[in-house]
Amino acid sequence: MSTAVTGDLADVLSRYEVVLGLEVHVELGTRTKMFCSCPTTFGAEPNTQICPVCLGMPGALPVVNAVGVESAIKIGLALGCDIAQWCRFARKNYFYPDMPKNFQTSQYDEPICFDGAIDVDVDGRPVTVAIERAHMEEDTGKSLHVGGATGRIHGATHSLLDFNRAGIPLVEIVTKPIVGAGADAPAVARAYVGAIRDIVRALGVSDARMDQGSIRADVNVSLMPVGATEFGTRTETKNVNSLRSVERTVRFEMLRQAEILDGGGAIHQETRHFNEATGETMGGRVKETATDYRYFPEPDLVPLAPEREWVDKLRAELPELPAAKRARLRSEWGLSELDMQAIDNAGAFDLISATVAAGASPESARKWWLGELSRYANEHDAELAELTATPAHVAELQSLVDGGRLTDKLARTVLSGVLAGEGTPAEVMAARNLEVVNDTGALTAAVDEAIAANPDVAAKVRDGKVAAAGVLVGAVMKATRGQADAKSVRELIIARLTAE
Amino acid sequence: MSELTGRTAEELGAAIAAGETSAVEVTRAYLERIDAVDPTVHAFLHVAAEPAVAQAAEVDRRIAAGEKLGPLAGVPIAVKDIVVTKDMPTTAASKILENWLPPYDATLVRKLREAGLVVLGKTNLDEFAMGSSTEYSAYGPTRNPWDTSRIPGGSGGGSAAAVAAREAPLAIGTDTGGSIRQPGAVTGTVGAKPTYGGVSRYGLIAFSSSLDQAGPVTRTVTDAALLHEVIGGHDRCDSTSIDAPVPPVVEAARRGLTGDLTGVKVGVVREFAAAQGAEPGVVAAFEAGVQTLTKLGAEVVEVSCPHFEYALPAYYLIAPSECSSNLARFDGVRYGLRVGDDGSRALEEVMSLTRDRGFGPEVKRRVILGTYALSAGYYDAFYGQAQKVRTLVTRDFTAAFEQVDVLAAPTTPFVAFPFGSRTADPTQMYLADLYTIPSNLYGGPAISVPCGLSEGLPVGLQIMAPTMADDRMYRVAAALESTQSPRLADQTPEVTA
Repeated sequence: MSTAVTGDLADVLSRYEVVLGLEVHVELGTRTKMFCSCPTTFGAEPNTQICPVCLGMPGALPVVNAVGVESAIKIGLALGCDIAQWCRFARKNYFYPDMPKNFQTSQYDEPICFDGAIDVDVDGRPVTVAIERAHMEEDTGKSLHVGGATGRIHGATHSLLDFNRAGIPLVEIVTKPIVGAGADAPAVARAYVGAIRDIVRALGVSDARMDQGSIRADVNVSLMPVGATEFGTRTETKNVNSLRSVERTVRFEMLRQAEILDGGGAIHQETRHFNEATGETMGGRVKETATDYRYFPEPDLVPLAPEREWVDKLRAELPELPAAKRARLRSEWGLSELDMQAIDNAGAFDLISATVAAGASPESARKWWLGELSRYANEHDAELAELTATPAHVAELQSLVDGGRLTDKLARTVLSGVLAGEGTPAEVMAARNLEVVNDTGALTAAVDEAIAANPDVAAKVRDGKVAAAGVLVGAVMKATRGQADAKSVRELIIARLTAE
Repeated sequence: MSELTGRTAEELGAAIAAGETSAVEVTRAYLERIDAVDPTVHAFLHVAAEPAVAQAAEVDRRIAAGEKLGPLAGVPIAVKDIVVTKDMPTTAASKILENWLPPYDATLVRKLREAGLVVLGKTNLDEFAMGSSTEYSAYGPTRNPWDTSRIPGGSGGGSAAAVAAREAPLAIGTDTGGSIRQPGAVTGTVGAKPTYGGVSRYGLIAFSSSLDQAGPVTRTVTDAALLHEVIGGHDRCDSTSIDAPVPPVVEAARRGLTGDLTGVKVGVVREFAAAQGAEPGVVAAFEAGVQTLTKLGAEVVEVSCPHFEYALPAYYLIAPSECSSNLARFDGVRYGLRVGDDGSRALEEVMSLTRDRGFGPEVKRRVILGTYALSAGYYDAFYGQAQKVRTLVTRDFTAAFEQVDVLAAPTTPFVAFPFGSRTADPTQMYLADLYTIPSNLYGGPAISVPCGLSEGLPVGLQIMAPTMADDRMYRVAAALESTQSPRLADQTPEVTA
């Protein structure tokens, strides 16, 4: 189903205008499901977190999770949305085997949040993305297709259903059409989804793990000839689950659609899937008839009328949002624009923030997280936040260096111990006996020993050939197993020989 | 027939509490009665004889231990088979749920058990409560104990017939468009629909969520009030349940029994009198009932509810729309019937075969009607329009209750009709609920009390009250009942095959 795509964006954009639309599903980190009190723990044994309500058993009724509503309002406020005075849930009716009621409890024409906008940073340039709405809904269960080669339903011998996820609260954030992004469209899409991720994480309403599906993006792309006023036919690539894939999806769809349009073909309105391995989108089954969800107000739930006092209180309690925080810290930290971008790209912003808060200087925090720790994370295919080393560890490590108890080189060894789970920097330093040797007695003895063992070299130094001291420094470093500070050792040797 | 099955629930509860008889003895008497007459009446889809006796024994033990139980402790009850019960199959009289054993109890069932009522079994109904004659049960119709060639009303024909035939002193019904009151009227029993949200819907298999309401089916108004008090009240599991205390219904019923309605203003709906199709015998019995209310001191006035005439068509858009969505879960994937799953068919085909085989004609008719009414392009013309009518009907009620305390109306336009006489034309069947539907659209309480006979068959009089004024309705109903000696419910003829 995939199409070989060639060409470049600049060429495409000479003929077409791109229109983007992004629908981001955020899985809320509530303790219980949207309409019942079942737990929401990720990765539990299949069908162990279910009850008559989330299974849609005959007779069971939903009850709204107040924390879910609160989270949705927080998201809306952070996106600059209006919060509805009065809204309702609606039923979205369609048949699907992992959807227990065969309707999804969602919101339709009366969403809880609407008309917002956020600024996202595209290579240092702010781009405003208008938000149409953010509404609440429940997740469906999960189908596992068994017996086929691909894990997809086609070719499978049977399917297994896991309803643990059914009823987990979602907030779906829908943008207004994003027009005029041009060649930046892939980057805008990426930056927007990243901004949503950072916002919901800062709000504490979701763990925002794209790899675990707690943030999923549906990416709508269409092209229209330059100068046209009507949008072209769009495709919707479903459930894209990394920032990089969002960017690649937009780029691929722009190129693919341009090629079809250039060839006189037409774009079918369809849902597509992004293939991580090939970087291509693939068409699903083309729907033969228009979908009719037969929305109507959910009669099992009373309407919601969030009290204004409550909304105002939530507004007042909003934490500092990532964009504002970034702007503030950029000036407070005195880092360059380039450094800040590197920090963003590495997803290290919060970690560096926390490291600075724990006492390290911004520069040293940046150095550790973007240097040694990023390298380690890359090698181990891990996220920075997943490493054993914490901001507190990094701050402690730096303070040991600043206090002269570790050299940079020793500090790196200590850090490897921390990453290996051997404890805090101080514990690793003690256990591995890595502290800089400051004990004058031991150091003096080592210097005396080196001078005695190398009389020729000592004589040269005494004669003023200070450069020759290197051999003696080497000998002392060897004797102290590298734990002496080479610079101090050198000064000590020269002082010793010239004093005689 | 044991003397015990002749008593009211209130009398049975008192006798058990006083130690004159035991819950086990009473339960056995009713089980024997069921054995004797149910092969003819077919009120029950499932009789839980052993669990009922065990539950009764437990109640006796609790009473012996000095536990303070409610006035209905030890009294048997039959539950409409659309209410889920953990230890008994629940089918909604549909093939699609044949032998389905729910994993939980409905809130009202839990409350019954906690109050010491003994659940005898599950009663017959029109499939998924869609019908007005109990002829649409997938497991065969229930017969009217007054005349077994006639229908017992619907959809709660099983519950009404069980009470009328003395197979149970109490029963639970559900009323979406009249399914408690209408069978009550044609079987000579009392059927009460509390205020919408007054009794939890948690565990009622949903037909039309915004209209469904569970309530008592009994032989006397006081029994209905006593049962209402047990099952009523707020339930956290039902967000549409009213968070307020149950109105003082028992007290109101007792006050009504004094036979004094001085100061009560009763409205008679002009548009109902003008409606076509009410049988003369029904109209005569109703008018006699109104005369009685006047004699008891009530002031009777005529009120106008101009939109009531549109209530029936609005109902037949709203209820099917909601049911088309509520019944979507019955697809053969997770429980109940599954047809054609032999590995050769695609999922959609298995779902389709299952639903084709599992649902009966009236359910299909309504699912298709509702799907159409909700579909894009027709929503505004049908569902949206029906909701507007609902608002207007509600306004009619509000305006009427500014003038009067309660409204009185016939419960049904005709007495129990012979089997098969209306199944050929669904719209003729739908007329059976003509007088009951407005109060479902409005959400207020309504009760049907026997008010006489026409051609030897019972006629019901309906009292409707403002939302949360259930007590007012019980008072007027009990006053009317107090004038009857013997009560109609005590006159049920002996059932013959």
